[in-house]
Parts: sequence; structure tokens; C-alpha cells
Amino acid sequence: MDQLLQTLFAILNSAISPQTAALAIAAIGLNIHFGYTGLLNFGQAGFMLIGAYGFAISIIAGLPIIVAIIIALVAALLFALILGIPTLKLRGDYLAIVTLSAAEIVRMIGRSSLLTNFTGGSNGITGNEYRGPFTDLSFFGNGQLDLGPFKYDLTGSNGWWFIATAWVIVGLLCLFVWAIMRSPWGRVLRGIREDEDAVRALGKNVYSYKMQALILGGVIGAIAGIVFILPSSLQPDSMGRSETYFIFTALLLGGAATVFGPVLGAIVFFAIRLFVQGIAGQFIPSSIMNGQQTEQFAWIVIGVMLMLVVIFRPQGILGNKKELSFDVK
Amino acid sequence: MLAIVAIVLMVSLGSSSAQAATSDPTPAATASATAACATDAATGCLQGTIKLPSGDPAVGIKLAIKGGNLDTTISTGADGKWSQAITVAGPYTITVDTTSIPDGAVLDSAAKNPATVTGALNKNTGFVFKIVGGTTAADGTTTQTPDTDTGTGITFDRFAQQFASGIRLGLLLALAAVGLSLIFGTTGLSNFAHGEQVTLGGLLAYLFANVLGLNLILAAIISVVICAATGYFQDALIWKPLRRRGIGTTQLMIVTIGLSIALQYTYQYFLGASTVRIDQANPVTVDLGPVTLSQQSLISMGIAVIVIALVGWVLVRTRIGRATRAVSDNPALAAASGIDVDRIIRLVWTSATALAGLSGVLLGLVLNGVNWQTGLQLLLLMFAAITLGGLGTAFGALAGAMIIGLVVELTNLVLPGDFKYATALVILILVLLVRPQGIFGRRERIG
Repeated sequence: MDQLLQTLFAILNSAISPQTAALAIAAIGLNIHFGYTGLLNFGQAGFMLIGAYGFAISIIAGLPIIVAIIIALVAALLFALILGIPTLKLRGDYLAIVTLSAAEIVRMIGRSSLLTNFTGGSNGITGNEYRGPFTDLSFFGNGQLDLGPFKYDLTGSNGWWFIATAWVIVGLLCLFVWAIMRSPWGRVLRGIREDEDAVRALGKNVYSYKMQALILGGVIGAIAGIVFILPSSLQPDSMGRSETYFIFTALLLGGAATVFGPVLGAIVFFAIRLFVQGIAGQFIPSSIMNGQQTEQFAWIVIGVMLMLVVIFRPQGILGNKKELSFDVK
Repeated sequence: MLAIVAIVLMVSLGSSSAQAATSDPTPAATASATAACATDAATGCLQGTIKLPSGDPAVGIKLAIKGGNLDTTISTGADGKWSQAITVAGPYTITVDTTSIPDGAVLDSAAKNPATVTGALNKNTGFVFKIVGGTTAADGTTTQTPDTDTGTGITFDRFAQQFASGIRLGLLLALAAVGLSLIFGTTGLSNFAHGEQVTLGGLLAYLFANVLGLNLILAAIISVVICAATGYFQDALIWKPLRRRGIGTTQLMIVTIGLSIALQYTYQYFLGASTVRIDQANPVTVDLGPVTLSQQSLISMGIAVIVIALVGWVLVRTRIGRATRAVSDNPALAAASGIDVDRIIRLVWTSATALAGLSGVLLGLVLNGVNWQTGLQLLLLMFAAITLGGLGTAFGALAGAMIIGLVVELTNLVLPGDFKYATALVILILVLLVRPQGIFGRRERIG
């Protein structure tokens, strides 16, 4: 019973953690790409990494935090342009392969030993080097606040200040996505997803709309990168291909082309993992499955779950089957 | 599919963990060396790795570190790594004890000794001492052996050596990529789990050859047969029913991503993060002019050439091959002209996974070993190869794989090793800009 409660507390804590918020933000960005416009972006983690590096390196160079954030977002914008120009006129799988490759290139360059002075090589950059200016902004004061199972410092790293900012950003982005997707602009995007040629016949410049969507989702990805590294540290390998796959899993789980789908998906994604891990740790004797293996077992469950969701409920938890035509052209 | 892997690996679980402990002490040493110094607000780390000219770690090199409140001597561990925790930021002087360098090697004359490093708290500060081949005379003067293949300059010999390695990588990559391309051609599916099929081949060969102690050739044959079976049953149990349900290719592609995640962690479940070596004997090398390759590499390349030629022959000359190309061209028309499309696709899956498995076995022999992410790292190169050659064309995949293999290895001549995969991907993107259909692709396929 005690252990069940522990698992429950772990799930509750992960549900509000800034890491979950970061995954949700990245999924919101991907939702604009994949859910609304039908672009197969397999490099969302690359956008996160670009944002994270842009932010951390600017702060370390002594720039004010607002400039650092702008630099991060502009970097993501340029990255989207570079990816979009050669591929958006081609069939969908070309974009998939190019974004996947480009994200890997960013990671490999970031972790290369040549740039150790800027990026910290494969060790990355520790949180204390760039966290200062953000912590200084806090008006939460010092001390600790306990709310039931949630016990955190008010301002310290991973504390309430980080949690609150992260979720406020999630809320604002949800509002933003809701607003733009019911605007004429958003309807054009959905039109492109359903039938690109029909939209083109209406005289819309499909290429330009796709590019705008790619940029918008990518910039949101960069915000996710900043939120992701603020409470922890910047490690290039934590934003690799697997991260992109997890973002996809969260998005599809919650429901693509819905406003709250990405957020719900991110929370459920971590909850399922911790739940499986907790249950396996408690009920399966360690001679059959040791602690390390329960973690891997949880990931196997995640992989199988992704397969099952896509096959049996492609619209996810919240989605509307009519809304989502899965086949990207 | 998962069940087969699980059962097969389950058999190896007991014995492999015991073997890992005795045969391969390096991972454990790595762990302890890196765990020795962890940074926090009050601690920083000075660290580095020293390697012998052969590329093996240099063990037991003594380093004197002076500065701050420190005056100590440390030595490199079994993995060639050294690290020292510091509690005061500032300049530190590191002196290599040249007498602790093994015979036949000297410190690179260009390297500073002693070297001054500025250490900082909460940060890892790295410094590299380079050791090159050479001799030390009695009076302490050193003679450095001229660079042959470890230097940074581009000499013809280095070029030839890298070129040969490139051909080797290209051939092994081609084996795996042909299957990926055939699957794409016949079903329109980008199989993200294809890399895991390569890993499976390597791991099964390890299981049969090392853990169960079979003859290497027999082990390789059994592994390839099992890999082929995984393809057959995968199509029978997963992909054919899904095609029947009319599930689109994008959806199926994401299903393969799920499968790939599940398989990767299944491998980790049984193996952990360790790398297993199939053949643990020291490789016998063969000199061919300026090029030195191990015997295993040459045999692997030979096998790859024969198998690739065979695949090409089947595709061009036999009825079944023509049928495959017909399905790849236009499944509906192929079905209308009396070809059993489902049978062809089943055959393609079976042979594609068999080829990937063979590629995994050979890679496991040629490289230093196989771990859970061997295939993951190759998958992007495979995608690059088939996109470069033209999506869905089998011969394009061959050409693309050779180009990618060469680019990856030749990059080493001018850029540090970190970049070797990155250049291959940059070239992919550039080619798409100029000729999106790839080398052998046709224009109408891309729009």
C-alpha cells in the first residue's frame, strides 16, 4: 500500500513538473506541424536543442534574459527556413527524412569537441551557468511551500517558480493555438492537411502557409527547449531522436489536432511510464526483473502503446476521428 | 516478433551476464572513472583521456597536478581516462610524467608539457595530451615517428586507408539499405524499425557464437535464418492485417517508430548498455599496399559483394525479381496482371530482414561489437543512402550506400570524428536541393 501511494505521489509530482510542461509545449508546436498542417516534422527535438543552445549561450555571454530568449526564437526561425526551403515543395516523407537528419546534425555539432568552449561538448552546459537571470526574476521569495504531496522550494531550481512559469506558458500557448486555429489562417492550414490541391485551387500559396506553420511550430519547440533546460542542465543527448519520438507519442496519445491533446498526452505519457514502473517494481520479484529492468520494461510498454494507439485509436484520447485525416501527402 | 526476441534473449540472460563480467572489464572501469568526479556548486573537474597511437587507452600514465590548494599525482585508469576534482577555480599546471609513457610512444612534440589549464567550479574542464609513436633516447631526447595514419594531414596513404574503410562501410550499409528500399518500394512504408533488425542480427550472432559456443559460420547462418523468420512473421502478424484494414502509410510509419522504441528497450532489458563483441580474438590484419584491413573485414566485404550481386541478379533476371520490381512500380497494375502482391510483399519482408540481419552479423565482426543502439545509429545513414539513390529503387540504394559510406569515412581526413555522420546528412540535404528525386529516382515520384 505504501508503495502504491509512493507511485501515486511520483505520478502526481511528474504531472506538474516543468519537464512535463516542456514536453507539452514541444507537442503543442508539433501539433501545429503534424496535427493541423499535416507536416511530418521528425526534428522537433532539434528545434528544442536550437532554442536551448541559443538561450544558454546568450546568457553565458552576458546578454539580458529577454535578448537571450529572442536569440533562441530567431535561431529556431532560421532553422525552420533552412529546413523548409528545400523540402516543403516535395512529398511529405522528404520533410521527415530531412528534419530527422537536421536535428541529428544539430546534436552532433553541439556535442562535438571542437565547440567545447561554447556548447560544453558532450557534457553540455550545467544549469547553474545560465539559470541565474531567470531565478532572479522570481517574485515568489525564498522558503518552501508544501501543498499536499507537492513539496518544493519557492524559487530554487525545480521549485514553484519554475513550475508556475512553465505551466503559465503552456496555458498561454493553448489559448494562442485555440485562437489561431479558428481564424481563417488556421482553416487554410487544416485545408492543406485535408487536400493540398483544393487549397491551391482556391488561390492560396500553399508553400508559404506550410512555411509559416513550420516556423511557428518550430519557434514553440524552441520555447520548449528553454523550459526543458531551465530546471535541469543542457545535455545535447537528452534532445536526440528519442525525444522527438516521445513528443510524437505524447501528441498522438492526447489527440492530434486538438487544443488540449498535447498537454493531456504529455501528462499521461509520464504517468503511464511511472505507473508501469511502480507496479512492476512492486509486484514482480527482483529476481525476474531488477530495478533497472522495470524502467526499460516501462519504455517497452510505451513503444507498444504507441503502436496500439496509432492502430486502434489514431485520434488519441481527445481527438475527433473526422477531424484527423492521418495520411500526409 | 517481440516474443521471439524475448525468448531467444531470455536463454542468454544467465550466461551472458556472467560472461560480461569476466570478458569485458572496460565498461565497469569507465563507470568508476567518470563517477570519480561529479561537479556541483563547490566542485569542478579537470579531466581528459589519453590514448596510445594505436587508439587503445593509455593506462597508468602519471600526471602531476598543481595549483589552487592542490599538489597531487594521479594516473589514468584502464580506459585511459583521468579526472581530478578541484574546489578552487583558477589555473592549474598539469605535468605528464614522460617516463610513465610506454615504450614505443612519446608525447607529441607539439603538446605543451607542463600544460596550464584554467579550472572552474561546477564545470568539467578537459585537456588532451596527445601521444604519438616514437622512441626515447637515453639522454631523454625523443624522436617522433613521422605520421602515417594517425596525423591530421592528408597523405595518400591515409586517403587510401579511409577509402577502403568507406567501401567497407558502404557495402555493409548497402546490405541493410537494399531491404529498406525494397520495403519502401513495394509497400510505401518507411520502416523506422529496420535499424533494430540490424542490431538483432548482431546480437543473435553473439548469442549463438559466444554464449552458446557454436561455430561462427553456423551461428551466422542461424542468426540470418531467425532474422528472416522475424520478417516473415512480422508481415504475417502485423503488417498484412494492417494493410487489410486500409491504414495509411504515415500511420504505419508511426507504428514502426513504436516498434523501434519497444525493440530498443527490449535489447537494453537483456543486455543493458554494454557492447558485446562477437569475435574476441585479436584480429589478424592483412596489408594491401598502403591499406591495412583485418581478415574479418575482407571476408565480410567479400560476403557482402556476393550477396548484393545475388540480390541484383534475382531482381533483374528471375521471374520473382521482375514481379517484385513490378509491384514496386505499381501494385495495382501488378495485381491486375496476375502477380500475387501479398506474396511478393511477404517475400520482400523476409529477405529484407534477412539482409539486415546479415549486415548486423558482419558489422558486429568488423566493428568493435554490437550494442542496443548499433542499428539506431545506422538507420539515418540507411535513410540517407536510399534517399540519395532515389526512394524505392534497389540499385539506387546500393549506389547511395556506397556514397554515404565513403563520405562518412573520408570526412575523417579533414574533420574530427564527431562530424563524420553529420557530413553524410549535410550531403543528403544538399542533394535534395539540387536533385530531389535522387540519383536513380524518377521525377514523377516526388511531387
